[in-house]
Amino acid sequence: MSSSIPTKDAKIELTGIEKRFGKKTVLNGLSLTVPKGKSLVVIGGSGSGKSVMLKCILGLIKPEKGRIRVDGKNMLKATTQEREKVLTKFGMLFQNAALFDSLAVWENVAFGLIQGRNMKRAEAKEIAIEKLGRVGLTPDVGELYPAELSGGMQKRVGLARAIATDPEIIFFDEPTTGLDPIMADVINNLIVDSVRDLGATALSITHDMASARKIADYIAMIYKGEIIWAGPRDEIDRSGNPYVDQFINGRADGPIKMDVLKP
Amino acid sequence: MNPLAVIGRVVISALGETGRLSVFTWRGLSHVVRPPFYWRLIAQQMLRIGYFSLPVVALTAFFTGGVLALQIYHGSDQFNSESIVATIVALGITRELGPVLGGLMVAGRASAAIAAELGTMRVTEQIDALTTLATNPFKYLVVPRIIAAMVTLPLLVFVGDVLGIFGGFVVGTQSLDFNAGVYIKTTSDFLELEDITSGMIKSAVFGLIIAMLGCYHGFNSKGGAQGVGRATTNAVVASSILILASNYVMTSLFFSS
Ligand SMILES: Nc1ncnc2c1ncn2[C@@H]1O[C@H](COP(=O)(O)OP(=O)(O)OP(=O)(O)O)[C@@H](O)[C@H]1O
Ligand SMILES: [Mg+2]
Repeated sequence: MSSSIPTKDAKIELTGIEKRFGKKTVLNGLSLTVPKGKSLVVIGGSGSGKSVMLKCILGLIKPEKGRIRVDGKNMLKATTQEREKVLTKFGMLFQNAALFDSLAVWENVAFGLIQGRNMKRAEAKEIAIEKLGRVGLTPDVGELYPAELSGGMQKRVGLARAIATDPEIIFFDEPTTGLDPIMADVINNLIVDSVRDLGATALSITHDMASARKIADYIAMIYKGEIIWAGPRDEIDRSGNPYVDQFINGRADGPIKMDVLKP
Repeated sequence: MNPLAVIGRVVISALGETGRLSVFTWRGLSHVVRPPFYWRLIAQQMLRIGYFSLPVVALTAFFTGGVLALQIYHGSDQFNSESIVATIVALGITRELGPVLGGLMVAGRASAAIAAELGTMRVTEQIDALTTLATNPFKYLVVPRIIAAMVTLPLLVFVGDVLGIFGGFVVGTQSLDFNAGVYIKTTSDFLELEDITSGMIKSAVFGLIIAMLGCYHGFNSKGGAQGVGRATTNAVVASSILILASNYVMTSLFFSS
């Protein structure tokens, strides 16, 4: 592995993560560093373990092996209270949004403020409406329920919820999937702003290379449960790695074989 | 296949399930006594589990009281039947039938609803989302349901007691030609506070069982719509059986001396 992400000033450090589901190994000794205040984008094929990696960091899935450090703190050894405290630093956009369907849209966005930070409902609602505005949703959408929204709108509400508490660390699992190209670019800008203006550390997953090029400081590629290449954004085109080249150019032929039946 | 191996596997998986349920219950109860408390959610759950079960429990108790009166009347030798009917209806309802039938009815309603709701939240990652929003799913989802069920079930059963006895009274006075005054006097003479409180204590335990099994099966459901369906069924079946079993244990404890 030719890793060229600086390892000093790391916000998140994954070392040798292994995760199996039954007999299937999903993460196979994965190591990755996310530098503080930077935006790292992870690319990789469908089913390669990207979402599982994020969930391991958040403690939603326990890996069998490896070490996860957030701000130098070992998350796998932390007590529940310690982990809960660290989790207040996080914002997470789930791949399928995972909105609370029993709560109105604005309550979803305000959730972290009301429950996590004990903010007054009225005050939290104002912030929620403002965040909804930043993802291109009008205040009246705030009164609807998640089931009344389109897929792309749900994704944007999920985004607004992830950034509502101005977290130090934000995870975006496919932020632009399901959005039209213009809205996708609005979201890209939002992510860039969050990192640049708020100084947040971002870890995103995407299949959309245009988005990756726009939001990333660093890019890493995951293949068969390992990081096979990592480096600054501008170096991805001359990675010299055939797997990376095939992926970023979207070619069916190459070292990565898709298990599809030909007629 | 070796039949012993099959039995062994079944026993081991049953023990494993019991162990996991015990750990889950312990975790749930340990959070009940630690802040923060979500009062809003507790109130909401009381409404859903308690208030909305009121009609079902009331009707069940009323008809049970009535049918009990009929059966005892026809089963006894008619001599002195007035006081026998009144006594047995009152004791039967308050000690056993009120709490047990009430508990079973609420198990069907609330345990299923809890398992379906939490199961759906599990498979759509909403429970994971709670964690990432620095909210403990046990505190936010499990604790309000435990508290609501444990508080409202005894109240429901109390209402059931009153209506069950009233059901016996209606049948007794309307179709068996009992004297209303004598019926009421016999009931109040024979009924003791303990009969009512023992039933209410039982029903608090049933409330715990209902909330716990609904939450447990919901939390552990996986695999989409089918998984949620399975969780719902399991929650109702398991909570009903546990209600009947624990009722036996409690009756033998309360009334043995
Ligand atoms: N809860 C689970 N139980 C069993 N297997 C799982 C579970 N979650 C994920 N997997 C498996 O882990 C592998 C990686 O899943 P993951 O969701 O991380 O993929 P991904 O890289 O995010 O893909 P995509 O780009 O399609 O979202 C998949 O093969 C999946 O089958
Ligand atoms: Mg994914």
